[in-house]
Amino acid sequence: MAKRQVMFTFPREMIKEPIIYHLSHKFEVVTNIRRADVSEDRGWVVLELEGADKEIEAGVAWVKEKGVRVDPIVGDVVEG
Amino acid sequence: MSYATGLRCRKCGQEYPLQPIRVCDFCLSPVEVNYDYKAMADMLSRQKIAEGPFTMWRYRDLLPVAGGEEIDIGTGFTPLLKADNLGRELGLDELYIKNDCLNPTYSFKDRAVSVAVTKAREFGFDTVACASTGNLAASVAAHAAKANMKAYVFVPANVEPGKLVGVAVYKPNLVTVEGSYDDVNRLCAELAQRYNWGFININLRPYYAEGSKTLGFEVAEQLGWRAPDCVVAPAASGLLFTRIWKGLQELSMLRLIEPVNTHMYLTQATGSSPIVHAFEAGSLHVHPMTPNTLVTSIAIGNPADGYDALMIARQSGGGASSATDEEAIGGMKLLAQTEGIFAEAAGGVVIAGLKKLAADGAIKRDRLTVACITGAGPRTQEVVSDVVRPFHVQPNLESFREVLGVEV
Repeated sequence: MAKRQVMFTFPREMIKEPIIYHLSHKFEVVTNIRRADVSEDRGWVVLELEGADKEIEAGVAWVKEKGVRVDPIVGDVVEG
Repeated sequence: MSYATGLRCRKCGQEYPLQPIRVCDFCLSPVEVNYDYKAMADMLSRQKIAEGPFTMWRYRDLLPVAGGEEIDIGTGFTPLLKADNLGRELGLDELYIKNDCLNPTYSFKDRAVSVAVTKAREFGFDTVACASTGNLAASVAAHAAKANMKAYVFVPANVEPGKLVGVAVYKPNLVTVEGSYDDVNRLCAELAQRYNWGFININLRPYYAEGSKTLGFEVAEQLGWRAPDCVVAPAASGLLFTRIWKGLQELSMLRLIEPVNTHMYLTQATGSSPIVHAFEAGSLHVHPMTPNTLVTSIAIGNPADGYDALMIARQSGGGASSATDEEAIGGMKLLAQTEGIFAEAAGGVVIAGLKKLAADGAIKRDRLTVACITGAGPRTQEVVSDVVRPFHVQPNLESFREVLGVEV
């Protein structure tokens, strides 16, 4: 089992969508929210995903497809 | 000896021993080094610091390193120059340039990496790694060479090979990664979890960050032990900006300078300015963006220290300013042509941002202002290649007079 710590950033039109619920039902991924801030026009959630590598990979790809931005929680690693 | 007592989460306050970790286990926020400032204050003095080497390691007591030898390639104590010519152009009477181009690998990253690699060796790592397109990569490779450690440097495959000469010369394991910037970010975050390496800006980040404080220490010492009225610095991850502030605050806490009343101004390239956006929008959250700028050395769309940089800009009564690529190039040329300093494009962003802040009256003429120039121009000199317009003459005096119109 692998773990991946990520930040989801939701655009306005996705705020009301139960993305995290669907992520844990469509894929074998345990979602564990650690911090979040959601308002009427924007939102972000910092969470840990646990599951087989392939499941996490597929789940994250699905979340991105839905229009949610997914970033590593350590911020951008590639520096100038 | 070290006065560092442990690591502490910046958000929830959870404490950890001094070890290579990247984020708080509980809330996944960044952690930072804590010190025993009381013991430090009893021992430190201006004189003790002044007796130290003319490098960043004169501030060793303020850094989180134990008793071993530091990995030092001669970083720090770079010039703080009074910039009268540039000041006249911008309408600032008390303008100084902190010229961090003059570090061993030509950028401020040497400060942070020197501490991070020293810690890597303390922790028993035999390998250090980073992901970078230029300055950080060169610095890590150089320090690893000095420390006799293995280095892995990850670079997006589309980076021009010419940019990598200043990295490859130190002979790290240079790895080009197919895919987008985001793919490289993701791969490196995963590698850092799986390999027992000192990943400079991931599991060594709390220590890496501390090295950047020395820029703030130097500015205060070079001004005769006082904090400037205003600091203007570039922000990519936001780390340097936050650590300049932390450095000034620490000196004040240790009673080495008066209480700090410095206004902190951060500058970003317009095409990669998530912190400036948040500042202007009055937001508490820095929303990531996809960078689109030629100022590659500060092109970070998801800044790890963005929130803290934003808070410091606000709470210090400072601000945030962005510059387009064109303005940044104008800033580079202005700095070179007034003060003789050839900065990279990030320096151009600082000068262009400073120009706006001075023109708007945010920074007043009589304020003692320090502009931080954090990297040298030659590594990415192609961005100003249009300056090369030589006079072409035949090898005789007549031709010279004719072409240049200069009489004997």
